[in-house]
Amino acid sequence: MSNDLSVRNMVKKFDDFTAVDNVTFDVPKGSFFSILGPSGCGKTTLLRMIAGFEEPTSGAIEIRGKDMLGVPPNHRPVNLVFQHLALFPMMNVEENIAFGLKRRGVKGPEIRKQTDTMLERVGLPGFGGKQINQLSGGQKQRVAIARCLVLEPSVLLLDEPLGALDLKLREQMKIELKKLQTKIGTTFIYITHDQSEALVMSDHVAVMNNGQFEQIGTPQELYGKPKTPFVAQFVGDNNQWSGNVTQSNPGEIIIATDDGYSFRTKGDAPCADGCRVNLYLRPEAIRIEPRQTEGLNVFDVQVKSILFDGANSRLLTTTKEEHELIVTLPQTRKFDHIKPGDTISVGWHPESGICFEAEA
Amino acid sequence: MNRSRLAFWIFFAPVIMWLVLLIVLPHLDLLTMSFRGENDYGDPIWTFENYTNFFTEPVYWLTFVRTALYAIITTFITFLLAMPVSFFIAKLARTRAQGALMILLLLPFWVSELVRIYGWMILLRESGVLNFFMLKLGIIDTPIEMLYNDATMIMGLVYTSMLFMVVPLVSVMDSLDDSLIEAAHDLGAGHLTIWRTIIIPHCKPGITSGSIVVFMLALGNYLTPNLMGGKNSLWFTEQIYNQFIASFNWNQGSAFGFLLLLLSSLIIWVGLKLTRQKLGEVAS
Amino acid sequence: MIRSLPRSKTYNWSFNLFILLYFTFLFAPLVVTCVLAFNDSNFPSLPWQGFSLDWFIADGPDRIGLFHDDQNLRSIVTSFQTAFFVSILSVIVGTCASFLFEKEEFRFKGFLYFLMLAPLVIPGVILGISLLLAANTAGTFFEDVFGLDFDLFRPSFWLVVLGQFSFISTFVTLVVSARLRKFDHSLEEAALNLGATQLGVIWHITLKFLRPAIVGAAAVAFLMSFENFNTTLFLVGSEPTLPINLYLQVRDGSTPVINAVSLLLIVGTSLMALANLYFTKKGD
Ligand SMILES: Nc1ncnc2c1ncn2[C@@H]1O[C@H](COP(=O)(O)OP(=O)(O)OP(=O)(O)O)[C@@H](O)[C@H]1O
Ligand SMILES: [Mg+2]
Repeated sequence: MSNDLSVRNMVKKFDDFTAVDNVTFDVPKGSFFSILGPSGCGKTTLLRMIAGFEEPTSGAIEIRGKDMLGVPPNHRPVNLVFQHLALFPMMNVEENIAFGLKRRGVKGPEIRKQTDTMLERVGLPGFGGKQINQLSGGQKQRVAIARCLVLEPSVLLLDEPLGALDLKLREQMKIELKKLQTKIGTTFIYITHDQSEALVMSDHVAVMNNGQFEQIGTPQELYGKPKTPFVAQFVGDNNQWSGNVTQSNPGEIIIATDDGYSFRTKGDAPCADGCRVNLYLRPEAIRIEPRQTEGLNVFDVQVKSILFDGANSRLLTTTKEEHELIVTLPQTRKFDHIKPGDTISVGWHPESGICFEAEA
Repeated sequence: MNRSRLAFWIFFAPVIMWLVLLIVLPHLDLLTMSFRGENDYGDPIWTFENYTNFFTEPVYWLTFVRTALYAIITTFITFLLAMPVSFFIAKLARTRAQGALMILLLLPFWVSELVRIYGWMILLRESGVLNFFMLKLGIIDTPIEMLYNDATMIMGLVYTSMLFMVVPLVSVMDSLDDSLIEAAHDLGAGHLTIWRTIIIPHCKPGITSGSIVVFMLALGNYLTPNLMGGKNSLWFTEQIYNQFIASFNWNQGSAFGFLLLLLSSLIIWVGLKLTRQKLGEVAS
Repeated sequence: MIRSLPRSKTYNWSFNLFILLYFTFLFAPLVVTCVLAFNDSNFPSLPWQGFSLDWFIADGPDRIGLFHDDQNLRSIVTSFQTAFFVSILSVIVGTCASFLFEKEEFRFKGFLYFLMLAPLVIPGVILGISLLLAANTAGTFFEDVFGLDFDLFRPSFWLVVLGQFSFISTFVTLVVSARLRKFDHSLEEAALNLGATQLGVIWHITLKFLRPAIVGAAAVAFLMSFENFNTTLFLVGSEPTLPINLYLQVRDGSTPVINAVSLLLIVGTSLMALANLYFTKKGD
């Protein structure tokens, strides 16, 4: 598969502040690629460099194999859906969508045909005459995307386009965007700070922090095999322990945590005895009252409260040493007897722990 | 509303006195005076004579038309000049320089109009600074009089009312989201198209309020045409002044005054109607 | 096009050049005026004859510097007095008006608001002649009916104050109203709830909140009054204000003492405008 976009060693400095720090990645044709990171980590800056609104301090950008350095935004085969959409309030929906076509000198009837098809595609047939301020948040969203897609860009860049929407609509738009992308097959580069958006929609996700890419991978890889502590913490929830390695065997290490537990876990990274590590454990990796305890790390915790959230319910528990743990509570009615204050036993499989050497 | 009546009257009394005694009554007086005159025996009578004079005497109505036309030209030139200046300050200047530029822009306008015009006079007149340098540099052999012509007068009017165009324009341009321009550019629009389809439509409210104020100021200006304009190029306010102070014909002067008031109100009304705005919105 | 879009060298260059020229245009007359105040010459023109403070401090017989020029000094004092009274009056009435329009509900409020805005669109010259007429009418009336003779009704110091006050109050109202609109009403309600009286609340809470706006408005009123020409021209009596006095000198030709006055005006108003700007910035 060929790459629609490839970015090499991109750096962007504002005075002496480095907003984007040596970023390299490839986006295969037709894929949905997300860049996930906390606010202020440099996502918008990176995207604006790809779109051509910002000059990289160093590095290279290629779109469909063509070098893009020095090419102004309007001559790049990419279009940008802005963080706050930037729909033109002085024009109606149709004029907004037709704007780019008109600039290309497309003839009137052809423009009409294309805008109508586009409106249909994004699920807004007959909305052409509406003013921008008459649209709902989700509709504006789709007009902003339609306005770019009608120009058939090689790559569509989207900067947190769901940020302004309320939760319910966001959930809905997530699925619609994914469907839209699959249908039209344009390469999407999507920026977000919401991990669930990134995980649900993307083929590949890059996790960004402080201007650097921490890891690029499929959503499953990021969740199951985070490569850095930041990814482990940022993507999905995690419980954390600190401790020292007491014994390291091939493929497995034994950790003595600071609060006195001894856990067995898989250890890919070669860790010498005595080295400090952080251990991460997903809430759903912890089993409540396991019937078979063989091979598991088992211990007792006290239930502090039940965080009921439908299928996503959890228990907030603490160990004897007041170490807080979040434990997934499957809604199978099997655990309905658990009340706050109960002491229950929990266990987890050494395979599900993730260990990183602690930084000094 | 449950406010005390006392508070209401404390606010109401001075305001109504101000508006009635100093705004309403004087202008009613202006209107009545413009319909008063004397018959052949010197007795005061009601008459349309002051207005018929205006229409029959070409000097009067020509001055009137000229003043209106020149005020429109002034407004237009001011707009053309103010547009790029405000664009520069709002969209091109470095963010840190914006405040300083704005202050620099405002400063000359706090100084009395008279001082500014005086400055132009000593720059432009026959023995003025500009002539001095041009002679020194050998561009000209004999000094030329650059004052006392219509072009200079219009330049003076543009200069004195510039600020009232730039300030509203800067503030509307500031409110224009940069990403709209970027989006238009990204979608393939060139400079001219961006100006035509994005910037100007967005700035319309600022353009209206700026134009109204500038037009008003140019129309009602006395100093600039008087000091910079040519001897035979009268401004309508000068006509009014002449009637009042020189010929002491207050009735005629009132009629002129009323006509000027009518013209300025009319143009403002048309301007507001065209852009569908209210006076209150423009003022604030 | 804008900061974030790639721009060609020519575009940047021509824009910067344009702005440079614009600011030259803006400041040239002021700079020339100031520089020539120090020229050791009997005329406000080049060539440069050497540096001299004559036009500030000389005490006759050939040259009379500003500090010994009684006429100019007197007009400066008159201007200060006028501006002082105008600011006080217009701040009081303008504040009342903003309370009235922002907080009270009454019949004809819309109409009264429109009247309040009217001075914005009435040319200053018209305001001047209307007031002159009205004062004259009132004077005649009082003399005929009561046999009383008031100085106020003749062109005089107080008529000038009233004339300037009649339109400057509108600006004060707009400035104070803008701030009043930002006032959090729950503060008032809290104070009432704690037992304060209606007027007590206004005095202790609301006016405290409005103070920056009121101070700013007073400064603006002062400057506007100080430099007003158009309205004053028709109302001025035997005590000319500085702009009127300067106008007579400029029109009839005079010595560089005008430059000296202008320099003081430029420096003074600039300082005042900057101080005002500084304090309003700090107030926000
Ligand atoms: N023009 C600029 N000059 C200086 N610093 C800038 C500029 N633009 C962005 N930055 C800085 O670069 C960093 C990254 O900004 P960026 O807008 O890319 O963040 P982001 O990841 O998009 O955040 P968000 O999720 O809040 O949109 C920020 O710390 C910001 O302050
Ligand atoms: Mg961003």
